[in-house]
Order: sequence, then structure tokens, then C-alpha cells
Amino acid sequence: MNRSGLENIAFLIVRRMRQPLLTLIAVYAVSILGLSLIPGRDADGNVWHMSLFHAFYFVSYMATTIGFGEIPYAFSDAQRMWVSLSLYASVIAWIYAFGTILALVQDRTFQDALAENRFARRIRKMREPFHLICGYGETGTALVKSLTDRGQHVVVIDIDEERTNVIQLQDLRDFVPALNGDAGVTQHLREAGLQHRSCAGIVALTNDNEANLKIAITSKLLNPGLKVICRADSQDVEENMASFGTDHIVDPFETFGNHLAVAFQAPCLYLLQSWLTGVIGSALSEPVYPPRDGHWIVCGYGRFGKAVCRRLAAEKIRVYVIEAHPEQTGQPESDFVHGRGTEAVTLQEAAIEGAAGLVAGTDNDANNLSIVMTARELNPDLFVVIRQNEHDNEDIITAVGADMIMHPSAIIANKIRVLLATPMLYEFASLALYEADSWSCELASRVSGLVRDQVPHIREWTIDAQQTPALHAHCSAGGEFSVGDLLRDPWQRYERLPAIVLLVRRDGDPVLLPDLETELGVGDRLLICGSGVAFTRITWTVSHAHTLEYVRTGVDRPQAWFWRYLKGRQEDQKK
Amino acid sequence: MNPEKVVFGFFIVLALTLNFGFFVGDIENPDHHHLYELYAVVVVNLIATVLKFGDRSQMGALLLATSLVAMLQLLAAAIVWALAEHVYGAGLTPVVTASIVSLSGGAMLANVISVILLIIETVMLRR
Repeated sequence: MNRSGLENIAFLIVRRMRQPLLTLIAVYAVSILGLSLIPGRDADGNVWHMSLFHAFYFVSYMATTIGFGEIPYAFSDAQRMWVSLSLYASVIAWIYAFGTILALVQDRTFQDALAENRFARRIRKMREPFHLICGYGETGTALVKSLTDRGQHVVVIDIDEERTNVIQLQDLRDFVPALNGDAGVTQHLREAGLQHRSCAGIVALTNDNEANLKIAITSKLLNPGLKVICRADSQDVEENMASFGTDHIVDPFETFGNHLAVAFQAPCLYLLQSWLTGVIGSALSEPVYPPRDGHWIVCGYGRFGKAVCRRLAAEKIRVYVIEAHPEQTGQPESDFVHGRGTEAVTLQEAAIEGAAGLVAGTDNDANNLSIVMTARELNPDLFVVIRQNEHDNEDIITAVGADMIMHPSAIIANKIRVLLATPMLYEFASLALYEADSWSCELASRVSGLVRDQVPHIREWTIDAQQTPALHAHCSAGGEFSVGDLLRDPWQRYERLPAIVLLVRRDGDPVLLPDLETELGVGDRLLICGSGVAFTRITWTVSHAHTLEYVRTGVDRPQAWFWRYLKGRQEDQKK
Repeated sequence: MNPEKVVFGFFIVLALTLNFGFFVGDIENPDHHHLYELYAVVVVNLIATVLKFGDRSQMGALLLATSLVAMLQLLAAAIVWALAEHVYGAGLTPVVTASIVSLSGGAMLANVISVILLIIETVMLRR
């Protein structure tokens, strides 16, 4: 499928070299002919004509300016004159030819063709599962970073050359092949491994809705089994994508709206979710309790404002909307104030003194900050939600100390990372919604007991020959192994590892928080959270038969032949 | 009128006519086959080959193939001549002459195919 790239290069070289080659042939032909026609004199003074063969030999070394001298006899003056002329002509012809080759090597089209070819070859050689990310903007960067941090392989396409060049300079844990090209072009998607058998999923994150749509439809047509995740910023694009079976469509505003609703209804579950989906290495976040004792003010009635207003209305909370351009965004049904919200007058019109919450949700970070600071002066006890638009403003947004921050890129990157790396976490969250919030609170306190102040590690395990070879062999042989055994420390089996099995899925039946007696079997899928150390130890248990044996029975069997032999003799003597 | 086509057609036809000129005559008689004519055939064929570079069409590929065949035959003829005349010093004996001329005859056949292809292409273009 990538032959056309190579053919292009060969074609390009041959076509460009046509003119220089013709020049060389012409110069050689005239020089050789001239030399063989001009009479010379041999050692005895007889008239002598250089044969065509000798003329070809002489011109060959003369033209490359090697010069062995006048062979076989000293030249006559007429011959010398001709040789001087053809010497300069041939040198110029060679310079022309080399110049063309060098120019070709530096040529943009040629370089691009080479780079594309190199990229395609590298992708063909990929053996481990990888995800194809289209678009390396703010979201793409965050997603690639967090995926590579978790040891997943990634391939990137971006239309902007600066962005693809910068990938190799970033401090990523894995080498990320990057193609500079339009991801909407099928050929580029193919080269990046859309139809590769190791391609595990494709993520369309470009800032162009049309391009995302094209990527999704191309992927579904060319590789129907592939997991397709798309970013969508508008309702009709979202519906369009869903119509042909896009697996996941990520709308940052709706996603945040969901978070807000969960925070209202089940604060502990929201806390638990934010811990479990958090970026590795970040600190555990504090619980938030959005207040209901008063009305909320929403500044900015764009896509974000609308999503928030819907959720607040569902919670039966009164909302004041402040919007500067209602003719563009549409008039909200709730109480409405015309203005930007950055000045005190508008906020007072929306009765800021009695308000419980404030959402600074315009698409301008400076305005959002200004809204928050003005509002806090008027009402210091406000619960504040702020929207962050630019990644660079992270520091000042954090400094203002809002209760919730909505950063679209981070929300999308986070959600997609979870979808790709630990999809069971979503299942866990939807099952947890049916439990009382006290259940979540208890679990949250258990999780915070596992890890001191950092976000817990989370991982999915399938009991199969690749991921858990020893456990798989043990279970296939009919052996018993429970969740409690899995959480034993392989260094000291009476110690319990700081980890919790959140979910076990067997034949489509999910078991939430299985107790320690639950038996495991081949094909079970586990979702485990805990500290990093716990995962290293569990990996030992499930990968090494002897560790597994010790964890299960407490007997440390000798492994080598000699020790087994000694042990056998000891036992015989005891008898 | 396309000047590129004129040059292209000129060299392909010239390659055939020169080749024919060298080929006709008594096959064993070196006097009927002038060396400079062989030289001209080689040079013109080289130029025709390079002119055919970089054409992606099916016809272009076929044209290039016939030229490469002709070049192979002609270079073989030139090497036979150089070996007989210079390396072994045997001169143009009837055997040597016959082999040089028959090699050039093979090249001529390839050149004939080239010209036929050129004519076919032109006819198809007219339609």
C-alpha cells in the first residue's frame, strides 16, 4: 500500500535527471567524435587517428578531471585545442548533473516523500497495539503525554509541521512516530496504520469538526472493528457521528455538565471519580460541595453556559444568565441580564449578594478572571466555577482559587485516556451511580488510605496467557485463586497489598467491589486501583509460577533441580 | 505543435534510420558497415532512452523497455568490436563483423517496435 510513495521518489529523480543526462551524453558524444576525427602523429611521426575506443577511454578520465596524460602518443596542437574545449564543456556538464542531484536531495517535495516513506515503513513494523491520534494541538499533546506515561504506544498525524517536529523534542517515554499531513486524507490515515492489525483505536481531535467527521467515517468504512473516538463541538456534528456508529463522541461541555450533576447529587462519587481518573503524580483533590441554598449566576450563554444551565435546571436551582451577545447565543428561558459580567453593575443586577454559585464561562480567560474577582468582592462566600480556555493561563487560573475548573482540552484528554486505557472505569462509574453516596464516601476513604496524598494508580487486567501467564496457567489447570490471594504481598503473604479490586467482569456479569473470597477464573477482567508498589508486586504474583505458589500456599518450593533433589531426600529421611 | 513531441519523435525515428543504415549490406563484409555509423546509433539511442525517462503511462513504460533492449544490444555490439579490434587485435574478421551486425539487427527490431508504438500513440491521440 505504500509502494506509490517509493515510486514517486524514483519517478521524481529520473524526471529531474533527464536534462543533465542528455547534456552529459551530448558533450561526451561530441568530444569522443572530435578526438577520433582530429589527426595526430605517433612516435615515428606518422599520421595517426585515435580509435573510438581510445577516445572513449580518454574522454572518460578527462571529463572527471582525473587525467592520466596524453595516451598513447603525445597529442598534436589541434588535438590539445579540442581537448581543452571538451574538458571545460564536460566539467560544466558534470557540475550541472551533480548540482541537480544535490538540489533534488534538498528539495522539499523530495524530502517530504522520503519522510513519508520512512514513516510508513516504521508503522508497518509496529508489532504492539497502538492508538492513532489525529491532531496534536493542546488536547492531543495532553493525551499523548498521559498515554505514553502509561506505557501505551501512539502514532500522531497533524497538519501543522511545527507541531509534528516538536514531538521528538518533547520528553515522552515512548518514541512517537509523527506524520505531517492532513488527517482528512485517506492516504495519510492508511500510512499511519488505520488498517494495521495492531491499530487499537483512532482518536480524531483536530480543531475542525468537518475533518473529525471525515476521519470517523473513513475509519468506520475501512476498518469497521476499530474503536473510533471523536471530539465534537456542536450538536449536529455529534448526531452525525453517532449515526454511523462512532464508538465515543467527546463533547467537553456536556462532559463537564455531567461532572457538575454528579457533584450535586453525590459529592463523594464525584471525588472518587476525579481521583481515579486523575493524572498520575498529581495530588488528591479536595471534595467539593456545590451549594443549593440560593440562585446561581452563569456568565456566558455559549455551548458551555447552556450545558451548565440544563444541569442546574434539572437540580431545580434558579439561574441568572449574564450574556453580552444574546442575539448570537439565543435568549435563555431563565432570568437574563444583558452585559459582560466583568463590571459590578451587571452582577448586582443578577442579585450577586444573595447568590450561592457563580459560573464564569465565557470564552475569554481574562474576562473570566475579572468576573470571578469582581464577584468575590461583592460576595466572598460564592462557590466559583471557572472556564479555562488557554493552556498557558493555567497558573493564573489556579491562583484565583476557584472551586471547580473547566478546561476543555484537559477534560477531553482525560476522558479519552480513560476510554483507551481503562474503559472498565466507565462501567464502574455507571454502576456506582446506583449506590448510595455513603457507599462512595466509604470507598473514597479506603482509597485515600491506600495512597497518602497522590492520585492512585489504576489498571485493567485480563486473566489470559499474555497479561497474567502464571495465573492463567494455574486457573486453566483447575486451580483455585481468590481476590484475597491476589492482594497478598508476595514478599510476606500475611500482609495485604495497598490495592482494591474495584470491579470484576466475568462472562458479561460485572461484580462491584468483590469480596476477598471471590474466586477468579480464566477470562475474568479485573479493574484494580492502588499504589504503584502494589502493582509491581501483583505483576510478580500473576507472572511467576513460584511466586504464585508461595502466595497461595505459603510454601517456598525450591526451584532448581539440585535443591529439589536435596529437599526430596530430606523428606524421605523424615519418613 | 508541441516542441517536446517533435524532439522526442525525431530522436526515436533517427535511432531507427541510423540503425537501419548500419545494418544493411553484406553481413560479413566490414566495408559495408561503417564504424562511425555504429557510434552515431549508440549515441542517438542513448539520447532516445533518456528522453523516455519519467513517463508514467503504460505506453511510456513500454517505450522505455524497447529502448533499454536496443541499448543492451548496441552496447554488446560495441564491446565485441572493442574486444576484436583492441584487446585481441584480430581485426574485423567476417565472424566478428557478422556478430556485430546481427547484434545491431536485434537493436533495430527493438527500434522498429519503438516507432510502431509511437505511431499507435499518435493515432490514439488523434481520435
